[in-house]
Amino acid sequence: MSYLLFQISFLGYFLAMAAYIVYFVSQKNQVRLIARNIILAAGILHTLNIAVRYYEAGHTPITSQHETVSFFAWSIVWGYLSFRWRYTVKNFGTFVSVMTVALMFVAALASREVLPLVPALQSWWLPVHASISIIADGFLALACIGGIMYLLQEREIKKKRFGLFYSRLPSLDALDKLNHHCLSIGFPLLTLGIISGSIWAKQAWGAYWHWDPKETWSLITWFLYAALVHQRFTVGWRGRPAAIMTIIAFLAVLFTLWGVNYFLGGIHTYAS
Amino acid sequence: MPRDVIVLLGVNHKTTPLEVREKMALSGGYEQPLKDLAAIGGLKEYYLLSTCNRVEVLYTTDRPAETRKEVLELLFGRAVPPKELDRYVYQYENEDAIQHLFMVASSLDSMIVGEAQILGQLKEAYRNAAEKNTSGLILNKLLHKAFFVAKRVRTETRIGASAVSISYAAVELARKIFGQLDNKSVMLVGAGEMAELAAEHLVGNGVTSVVVVNRTLERAVNLARRFNGRAASLEELVDQLQHVDIIISSTGATGTILSKKDLKPVMRERRNRPLFFIDIAVPRDLDQDINELDNVYLYDIDDLQNVVEMNRAERDREAVKAERIVEEETLKFSSWLDSMEVTPTIVELRRMADEICRVEVEKTLGKLKHFTPKEQKSLEKMASAIVSKMLHNPVQYLKADNADHSNQRHGRINTVREIFHLNENGGKETERNP
Repeated sequence: MSYLLFQISFLGYFLAMAAYIVYFVSQKNQVRLIARNIILAAGILHTLNIAVRYYEAGHTPITSQHETVSFFAWSIVWGYLSFRWRYTVKNFGTFVSVMTVALMFVAALASREVLPLVPALQSWWLPVHASISIIADGFLALACIGGIMYLLQEREIKKKRFGLFYSRLPSLDALDKLNHHCLSIGFPLLTLGIISGSIWAKQAWGAYWHWDPKETWSLITWFLYAALVHQRFTVGWRGRPAAIMTIIAFLAVLFTLWGVNYFLGGIHTYAS
Repeated sequence: MPRDVIVLLGVNHKTTPLEVREKMALSGGYEQPLKDLAAIGGLKEYYLLSTCNRVEVLYTTDRPAETRKEVLELLFGRAVPPKELDRYVYQYENEDAIQHLFMVASSLDSMIVGEAQILGQLKEAYRNAAEKNTSGLILNKLLHKAFFVAKRVRTETRIGASAVSISYAAVELARKIFGQLDNKSVMLVGAGEMAELAAEHLVGNGVTSVVVVNRTLERAVNLARRFNGRAASLEELVDQLQHVDIIISSTGATGTILSKKDLKPVMRERRNRPLFFIDIAVPRDLDQDINELDNVYLYDIDDLQNVVEMNRAERDREAVKAERIVEEETLKFSSWLDSMEVTPTIVELRRMADEICRVEVEKTLGKLKHFTPKEQKSLEKMASAIVSKMLHNPVQYLKADNADHSNQRHGRINTVREIFHLNENGGKETERNP
């Protein structure tokens, strides 16, 4: 049942992406509305999928690779939709839907098996720590997408060669504001995620910090974002340097999420 | 029974120099000229449009040749001698008039093709005519159709989307950098006509404050007053950069007045808020290197010209699409007009048949006194049913096929009128056809 829902929402995201790409090229407003409705419907189905899986597994479904990446995609979609409700960033949806589909694809490839929960994870800290961290990653992903869009647009304006993006992407100011918004939500959540993890670690393993590879990398990620946020607030870092930094920091997020498990191992590696 | 002709007389920026247009413009509003036109007997429906680029009058009449003279005399007789008028005024009739109106409404005939203002002006002009009841069935339908066509062109093409003058291009770029231009300020360095024009456009698009810097302070003060702004001397240039966002530079200086080195500390002070430099001076005022700084954008006159060219190419492509829409709608409207043409004949035909039917039924019933009311009703019904059935084919024949050429339609109308002798008794009544 939950897998069926997963497949339908995956298909939904895929259709939304196709529609958004058509909109990106043609700029027909009806197409954008269609794409928006599809992504909203797919997002709702995806929510159901996670709820059903929670019921089927008997624990928060953010433990295996499949579940984590799927939840990551879910956070991006709902982070995006929550923004759409407040203000619009032209053609943001196209980029977001591509990223979502890519993540869903990764999730679909991973094993869907429901694994029994190892004793260390049997705690109510699991939903708190895991969901906060992944939702933080979702907003940071949106910031990264905004950064990519900023670089594309800035390049055309700086080089004075107007191609595909100039008329289709929003103003530099709007993209920079998007970066700011996403960071001001994503960074506090990231901080909370690390703190909650540390408290949980104290309860489960007896110490707040173990210098386990995942912890180390999340700290590196945190420092990257902290530097970015600090620079933004104090000396008014913005524009290209901020966009590049956002993208680099997001690569660190991805490495923390996946790279660590594959290359470094450690106590955070529960299921592989 | 000839159909009324739709006539459009006018002058615009293409045919007429500004000095003459100025004199012809209906500067006193529409009310008086609309009232005056009522004195011309030949006009059935009419309306007037006057903007800074055109003055046009559109009317329906059955005597196009005579009315042209009267209308021109009444509207422009005082401003321009009649001989000269003929050189400037263009005249379109029927389909051409409809097409021209649609082109105007969709801003395809404007000085700046694609600008949106004209539609509002057209609506205003129509509102005046409608209030004075000078527009009727045809004009109401025609003007509403024109608004519809304009909307279609706007949504189906990107004709209004791009800037095709240097100052518009500057505004468009500023929008891409700053998003909203509200609360942004512009600085003019040096005062030239083009710089003023660009500043005017920026102010028109939301820029709130203007600073003018000039070698002679007096000139700066004068120009600043025009924009409700403030003046500063050239020595303060770098300090002023703290407070502005867009700089339009057009001094006559031979060397550069600002370099990358000067700007670096400014950007730090500004907390990296973007700066947009527009250098329209030749030789250039600003060092090209400043474009390399983050959050600083520099466009010179050639760069802007490139934007304009690019937009113009796109606009020309879109204009082709727009003209196709106009043509399509012109055809649709013409065929509606044609169908209007047969309506009076059909009405007359029915009226005549009903009359015959009524008379004959009365005659017959006069003889059949023993009929009950119910039986009388049946007889009446039968008579009118026969008439309807008999008329069905002639009416279908009149209405047949909209795509048909209008000459054939004329021929058919004449045939029907002749067969049924409609011309003798109905001539006077049809004068007042809808």
